Amino acid sequence: MAGTAKVDQTLDCKGLLCPLPVIRTKQAIDKMSIGQVLEMISTDPGSMADMQAWSKRTGHELIEQRQEDGLFQFYIRKTR
Amino acid sequence: MATTLDKSLNDLIEAKVKELLDQRVESLVEEKLKKEKESRKKRLAIAVVSKGTIETAYAALILATTAAALEMEVGVYFSFFGLNILKKGNQDSLKVVPLGNPAMPVSMPNIVSVLPGMTALATMMMKREIRKKKIATVPELMEIAIESGVKLWPCQMAMDMFNLKKEDLIDGLPDAVGAATFLEFAGDADITLFI
Repeated sequence: MAGTAKVDQTLDCKGLLCPLPVIRTKQAIDKMSIGQVLEMISTDPGSMADMQAWSKRTGHELIEQRQEDGLFQFYIRKTR
Repeated sequence: MATTLDKSLNDLIEAKVKELLDQRVESLVEEKLKKEKESRKKRLAIAVVSKGTIETAYAALILATTAAALEMEVGVYFSFFGLNILKKGNQDSLKVVPLGNPAMPVSMPNIVSVLPGMTALATMMMKREIRKKKIATVPELMEIAIESGVKLWPCQMAMDMFNLKKEDLIDGLPDAVGAATFLEFAGDADITLFI
């Protein structure tokens, strides 16, 4: 990934529709430690906007999101 | 003469001090209230009442589970036909009713959708799409909701009306409550929905 942060865990949400990518992300983040980075991969175009909203509301940092060949990748750092 | 002047001066100072103090206290209280509002969790309250159908369950449960994922506090009140969604073993057998629903993907006139078997047919078709597209099922969302601390309140009056006991409903629910409990919760909600 771009930047310097390493990925601590990857969550595969390919094929899942709303609201599952957001819910699975929240469940995964809850089990991680502060400062760790979660990579989430989804095929749901709605997750581009939804993950931003989720990050804004929960305060967990969305370091980067990108789109490639129909895949949406998100890098989230657990902040608390 | 001097004492009169002193007195009016004192009065003036007193009035000014009081005014400044009032202003200060007011702004402090306002600030404190604002901070409290910002620090407390957002709250979502949903009343599921109108129907006990598959789309009603989806609307309530998708919003409830997502709100929980957004770290909101969520309470859903199931009354009247909405209570049907909480009945044990019912989560897999909820129906979609095509009668009087012009938005069905395969539209049919009401005179056809009134025929026996049409609700079952429409439900079967919708469930096939849900499976095919890997959409979360109602039992799955229900489980996520309970796990993430969403309160799914059964309405006591509706339970009495439909002769339902606690053991007729799915496990993991809070005790049945009345309208006052839900309204007390909803009174502090940031979002309230009626489905």
